[in-house]
Amino acid sequence: MNRTIFGSLLLVWLMLLIAPSRADELLMVRAERPFGDAISDLQIAIQDRGYQVARIQRVDVGLASGGYTTAEYRLVFFGKPEEMRELESRHPEVLPYLPLKIVIFAEGDSTLALAYNPAILQTFFKKAALQDQTRRWEKDIRAILDQFAAP
Amino acid sequence: MPLIRRFVFLILLWAACSPTWATDDGARLYAHYCAACHGSHGTGGVGVPLALPDFLATVDDAYLRTTIRLGRPGRVMPAFKQLRDTEVNAIVAYIRGWAPRTVSAATPARPTVKGNSGHGEKLFAQHCAVCHGGRGEGGHGTGVTFSRPRDLPILAPALNNPGFLAAASDAMIRTTLMHGRQGTPMQSFLKQGLTENDIDDVVAYVRTFGREPPPVGPNSGADESPVITRESPYGIDETVEKLKIAIGAANLRLIRVEYFDQTFVDKGKENKHHVVVDSCDFNFLDQALKIDPRVGLFLPCRFILNEHDGKVSVSTINPKRLSAIFNNNELNQLCDRMYHVYADILDEATM
Repeated sequence: MNRTIFGSLLLVWLMLLIAPSRADELLMVRAERPFGDAISDLQIAIQDRGYQVARIQRVDVGLASGGYTTAEYRLVFFGKPEEMRELESRHPEVLPYLPLKIVIFAEGDSTLALAYNPAILQTFFKKAALQDQTRRWEKDIRAILDQFAAP
Repeated sequence: MPLIRRFVFLILLWAACSPTWATDDGARLYAHYCAACHGSHGTGGVGVPLALPDFLATVDDAYLRTTIRLGRPGRVMPAFKQLRDTEVNAIVAYIRGWAPRTVSAATPARPTVKGNSGHGEKLFAQHCAVCHGGRGEGGHGTGVTFSRPRDLPILAPALNNPGFLAAASDAMIRTTLMHGRQGTPMQSFLKQGLTENDIDDVVAYVRTFGREPPPVGPNSGADESPVITRESPYGIDETVEKLKIAIGAANLRLIRVEYFDQTFVDKGKENKHHVVVDSCDFNFLDQALKIDPRVGLFLPCRFILNEHDGKVSVSTINPKRLSAIFNNNELNQLCDRMYHVYADILDEATM
């Protein structure tokens, strides 16, 4: 009997643990540093987690070339080559959302960085096979953003 | 029984290790949940400024707590339903530290203001609609970044927003109308010639917004497919060429064509079955940045060509699906337009 009660309680407890306390779908942080320093720090934080920066798209430069006024605004694309190759072969439907990216833009003397929570890919595509991958990405992106925002 | 005790021990152990059991430190919680949008010192940014003495003097704690809990559906500010009451209270206390307290923390009674809403409607149209919109829908854009010159510290709130209506007491709306809000464009309407009775009528009218259906919800695209995909009757190279033409016809600027993994592998080792075509409509982007500075997450306008077993498909993100996580109704409308642009390009390239 004791074992049954214990088993039931354990099951309830485990369900409570895994029940989603609604995920943050957008992850956004502020660094109290000017843009020039902050974007370098972001790249270091990305590389510190074992990712390769694939490209930095200078959105502000594109806008300025079209005559639009803007503060500094860039996209930093990154990923791990082996993960990208794996996803290309196993889950090509996800590729429009890859590689991973962080948007970084200036706001006065501060710099903001944001990414979507990779967990949304699990919500979007409902592929159990993606779960471990998106969890790893979420953990890493949270760590990258925390490092970026740290004074 | 020993098993029960073991279970209780496990619960206590988990509780001790769980970050949600950490001390409710308002500064830490504010830095984690609020500072990115509202600024480290509450001076505003993507979100409205909070450290305005007039604002903090006017709103009670219930307003702040309810705003944190419910957010502003469709107006960027998310609902922080995951926070515990003690955490919300800690954030409120921290925000309160920016200005001397002049409003009771408890504010138990929230008396209803009686007024003539019909007369209030006319006054609203004359005095309020120019900033708050004809139906109280509020100013456009988000905060100060990109959306407006930096000398304007706040945009007019959406008074018809269910989050605002739930958070604001009649007394708070009345006081704001009477005295205005220093540091913002909101003027004292007593000084503008309205009487206290007139102001009561405006409050009564604002309350009628709560009887209308709420604006389109933030998750209006939540049922959408995450991608838009079309099968191409052509080979991958020919599809790329047709896609480039379709992109040009839609007035988007072609940025690059490359293999998906080109930036990750050595030259010559790319997977040639996945091609990326990047493009951008800078005029549209400029408009979108004025609506929401976070739209970089939609960029670039990217099409992925996938060749598998001799069949070629072309995909792109579905902006309507991605927009659903931004809690911004204005952005939803832009994304609806962008969806049709993408769909037209894909149709054109694969017809």
